[in-house]
Amino acid sequence: MNSKIEFKKINPNLENKIDIQISDKPLSEQICLDFVSHPGAGGIVNFIGTVRNQTHGKSVIKLEFEAYVPMALSEMRKIAERAAQRWPVQKMAIHHRIGTLAIGEIAVVISVACPHRKAAFEACSFAIDILKETVPIWKKEFFEDGAVWVAAHP
Amino acid sequence: MKILTFGIAKDIVGGSEMDLPYVEGMTVLALKKAVLGAYPQFEKLNSLAIAVNNEYADDDLQIRLKDEIVLIPPVSGG
Repeated sequence: MNSKIEFKKINPNLENKIDIQISDKPLSEQICLDFVSHPGAGGIVNFIGTVRNQTHGKSVIKLEFEAYVPMALSEMRKIAERAAQRWPVQKMAIHHRIGTLAIGEIAVVISVACPHRKAAFEACSFAIDILKETVPIWKKEFFEDGAVWVAAHP
Repeated sequence: MKILTFGIAKDIVGGSEMDLPYVEGMTVLALKKAVLGAYPQFEKLNSLAIAVNNEYADDDLQIRLKDEIVLIPPVSGG
């Protein structure tokens, strides 16, 4: 009996499907949406992380973000690749800002295009959750009475 | 051996890099112990990871002199 084993490429070339950027200039959700636009997409989900004006009831003046850039880019790319393996992602963009951000400014944009909305929501949610756990980017919150590196201490 | 620092690690060591003596075949664990020995304040952090050449490193990884080593205090991107 002839048994034929077929190997499926589980990690196809994702170069033109994924756009990862770190920038010290204001981010544009439109640029991310334009990147992920795809004729086969039925659902595009955009997550925008913005600078909130308070933490635990204390007024926040501004945030400062810094990144270990080469590794942050690599970890963000890994997240997009993992998402593309778990869900039918047609295109994905992850853009993160560094530097000083005022209240309301955009810290991160994650855009995902999938054939159907359920996968798009799930893939986008996965991406921001994992980004927050693994990407070497740090934010410092500034209050009236001082500044704190977020999550550094219990 | 030069070790780069970010976030609160920069505040603790007082700069964007710190120096440690390199011992042939030393592991990431040995490096962490040396860092904690030099700066006990790292003990109070939620975590301290070590990146070697842009990858998170396990404790048993052996460090080479040419490796790029970075202290990764708790991350807070997004």
